[in-house]
Amino acid sequence: MPPYRSAMTPRTPLAHWARSALVAVPLILLSGCKMVVMDPTGDIAIQERNLILVATGMMLLVILPVMALTVIFALRYRKGRNPKAYDPHFTHSTRIELVVWTIPLLIIACLGVITWTSTHLLDPFRPLDRISATKPLPKDMKPLDIQVVAMDWKWLFIYPEQGIATVNELELPVDVPVRFSITATSQMNTFYAPTMAGMIYAMPGMKSMLHAVLNEPGDTWGYSGNYTGAGYSDMRFMLHGVDQAGFDAWVSKVRSSGESLSTERYLTLDEPSEKVPVMHFATVEADIFNRAVNRCVKPGTPCIADVMALDRAADQGRHQAPRAAASEASMHDDMPHDAMPHGSP
Amino acid sequence: MWAAGLNPGPTMLDQGFLKAPLGRLSLDSLPLHEPILIGTFIGVAVLGLVVVAALTWLGRWGWLWREWLTSVDHKKIGIMYVILGIIMLLRGFSDALMMRAQQAVAFGANQGYLPASHYDQIFTAHGTIMIFFVAIPLVVGIINFVMPLQIGARDVAFPYLNNLSFWLTASGAVLTMISLFVGEFARTGWLSYAPLAELQYSPDSGVDYYLWSLEIAGVGTTLSAINMVATIIKMRAPGMTLMKMPVFTWTALCSNILAIAIFPALTAAFFLLILDRYAGTQFFTNELGGSPMMYWNMVWIWGHPEVYVLILPAFGIYSEITSTFTGKRLFGYSSMVYATVVITLLSYLVWLHHFFTMGSGASVNSFFGIATMIIAIPTGAKVFNWLFTMYRGEIRFELPMMWVVAFMLTFVVGGMTGVLLAVPPADFVLHNSLFLVAHFHNTIIGGVVFGLFAGMTYWFPKAFGFRMDEFWGKVAFWGWVVGYWVAWTPIYIVGLMGVPRRVHHLDDVSLRPYFVVAAIGAVIILIGILGFVMSIVMGIVKRKALADVTGDPWNARTLEWSTSSPPPAYNFAFQPVVHDLDAWHDMKENGYVRPTTGFNPVHMPRNTGIGIYVAALSLTLGFGMVWYIWWLAAISFVGIVLVSILHTFNYRRDYFIPGHEIAVTEDARTRSLATGA
Repeated sequence: MPPYRSAMTPRTPLAHWARSALVAVPLILLSGCKMVVMDPTGDIAIQERNLILVATGMMLLVILPVMALTVIFALRYRKGRNPKAYDPHFTHSTRIELVVWTIPLLIIACLGVITWTSTHLLDPFRPLDRISATKPLPKDMKPLDIQVVAMDWKWLFIYPEQGIATVNELELPVDVPVRFSITATSQMNTFYAPTMAGMIYAMPGMKSMLHAVLNEPGDTWGYSGNYTGAGYSDMRFMLHGVDQAGFDAWVSKVRSSGESLSTERYLTLDEPSEKVPVMHFATVEADIFNRAVNRCVKPGTPCIADVMALDRAADQGRHQAPRAAASEASMHDDMPHDAMPHGSP
Repeated sequence: MWAAGLNPGPTMLDQGFLKAPLGRLSLDSLPLHEPILIGTFIGVAVLGLVVVAALTWLGRWGWLWREWLTSVDHKKIGIMYVILGIIMLLRGFSDALMMRAQQAVAFGANQGYLPASHYDQIFTAHGTIMIFFVAIPLVVGIINFVMPLQIGARDVAFPYLNNLSFWLTASGAVLTMISLFVGEFARTGWLSYAPLAELQYSPDSGVDYYLWSLEIAGVGTTLSAINMVATIIKMRAPGMTLMKMPVFTWTALCSNILAIAIFPALTAAFFLLILDRYAGTQFFTNELGGSPMMYWNMVWIWGHPEVYVLILPAFGIYSEITSTFTGKRLFGYSSMVYATVVITLLSYLVWLHHFFTMGSGASVNSFFGIATMIIAIPTGAKVFNWLFTMYRGEIRFELPMMWVVAFMLTFVVGGMTGVLLAVPPADFVLHNSLFLVAHFHNTIIGGVVFGLFAGMTYWFPKAFGFRMDEFWGKVAFWGWVVGYWVAWTPIYIVGLMGVPRRVHHLDDVSLRPYFVVAAIGAVIILIGILGFVMSIVMGIVKRKALADVTGDPWNARTLEWSTSSPPPAYNFAFQPVVHDLDAWHDMKENGYVRPTTGFNPVHMPRNTGIGIYVAALSLTLGFGMVWYIWWLAAISFVGIVLVSILHTFNYRRDYFIPGHEIAVTEDARTRSLATGA
């Protein structure tokens, strides 16, 4: 992949200084607060924050003069202030019309270009191609896979390579790209850790994805932003950023916890519960995430992908000779058929 | 139950047709152990008894029925819509105060004074009531009153339909209010998203109340929109071409065309959800091929154009007021019209920006993001046109004009945050946060609400014959403007700090000062609301001193100001002939002389109670469906059909006002003009 250059990367020292100033001013005004959105620690979130500042700055170019003119005109043309200025026939001017349509058009055109590029570059489905603005992605670095299941009202995090799982605790090694595969058991939730990256919906029967990286260690939190009922306000998880050694130590600690995420344990976990404390699972039953996406964790329930394959085969049997079974997708595919499309252009 | 997704308890299928005469209604449905609700009920009951007693003592029941409730006069219907909107504003704002109070205290160990199940109903009711039963009735009411007068017509195209539309809207509002005391309201947010709104996760009466109230009110709004479009297209005075219509009429036309196109989508979405909840279909569930995403798409295809249905008439109001109080024709009339039409068309193309985070992929997200930003261009052009109307004008800062300036300074910030949210990656960190909530309150309060107050203040003398009290009007103004900024600036800030919406309590106590300031802002807005009510009350008290004898208290420019205040039932003795934009101003400039003789009889529609009967039966239909009282629902439905058919056999639906009666009315006006001039 060619070297990555975000639209947001300052190209000159001046631009870099200007952007730092843009960031610094609101931070100074609001110092002392936990500005996770405006002062995040993940590369994706940082780029999204910069986008907010750039877009705001561009729009202020129009908004501030408009507000100033409103006040100026209101004061200057008040009845009695300046009787000679009153011109009841000043009701049309092609020049002014051209200006008032063109300037917003130009600004929106710029914003449109920025929108197109940044939406594609920051698409949650798009794999990362850098660790941060100053650290490129090492060629052989594999992303850390984490599977997220949003339940009522807690978060289940499965680490398939490490074979462990947790509830309401997300431990991430710093500067390692993470690939989240996300689903839900019953409701529409949003998976959101503000310091790390933007949010994406966690939806039942579907698998969404988020590619992100945490650039600094620290403890913050994440939550769901979509209201789902009684336990919603307490559906929060802890996010711990640690170095690689700390991460490995944490994995060992979880492995020694003794609990196992079997199918039965998963099903009892899925029962509605609120204010759920952190849980650790030393072992995870194989393939449980894929079964969760296909809504067939409970033994005996049909998996969505299998039902769809059967339907498709039945349709084809009606219209033409049935195709070979190997070409049909089954639930062991990486992506169920009604999962979200990849965001690559 | 939740994990299996099967058979969640008593559903409509468990009730035999006659097995349970009261369906699932029981004593448990009454909030007998909720002190706040019992207190509210006592208060409402006392207020109701006072009104009933007053009407009886004054012997005014007949008057109320004949003059107001059964009226098909667009002016009276418009006023009734506005009264409905103001009453529901008091209810919706009480919800807001309770939410602000809860969020000002519920930090850390303190869970606040409202249990979560109540808080969740309150934020749902707040949004539902404010959009469907405050904003829509106030907009429809003002359009109803003003637009026929502005186009020189005697009424709308379908006066009976107008009456029916009002009563259906009122019926939906009543059904929602009943949910306060019988059963519960929805706990799903104001759009009642699936899958939360499905029977499995919301088995009680709440979502059913929501769905049936809005289906009934939605029929009313759709019928009203058809009425308004037909009126504007077909009933303009001779000489008033489309490009000579007042801008407010243009915005009313575009807003109602938008409404006709979108309300069927919402009606269909709600009906499919009703089928899911009542007939066991799986349109929006997670099982058997259902897709909650489809619900989201359908409601937002309604939801985004809906906010333009609300804001376009507000823009029209600002145009009328700016032109009047600067003593100039509106700057750039043609481009205002084109901008309105462009906004109308573009508003259909942006709905996905309400769920950028649902993972539609970058190209889809970009399309909708860019389309959303493009709407800022004609909107910005409008703002500049108002500015240049003020330029070299002679600005009189009466209350309506003050509202316009407050709008211009407030709304543009909301527009800016909207364009910001339209950038999908920015939305990824701000979606469903309090920043979003602050954005839409910014545009709705700064845009729609300020416009409605401006419009009510501006046209109040036309409707009632006297102005509102100016001191209390200023209290209302400053309360709303200062209150808005104090209440919502902190919410923008905490949104930028990552606080989500709809949370019942927060862990981080360091956020508390923001919410306390927001609560203070809400109290300041309360002062504004009470000031508005007082400005009406004191206006009535001082109506002789504040009387409008000429019919044109603001020296305005459009045709409604050529009539008396209030206008006679027939609006215009002779239909005006229009030669130019700003027709009344044109008439005044060119020495128009009001005819005082030669009046012809005027053909008028009779009052009718059918609208009330149909709406009342809709109310019992809705109530029966909510509580599974099938016999009540069936009888109501049959009743609605029968009454509607019966109405078609009513041949006594019109009468003529004889010429000599008109002469009497017009002579009285001639006299008052002579004294007031």
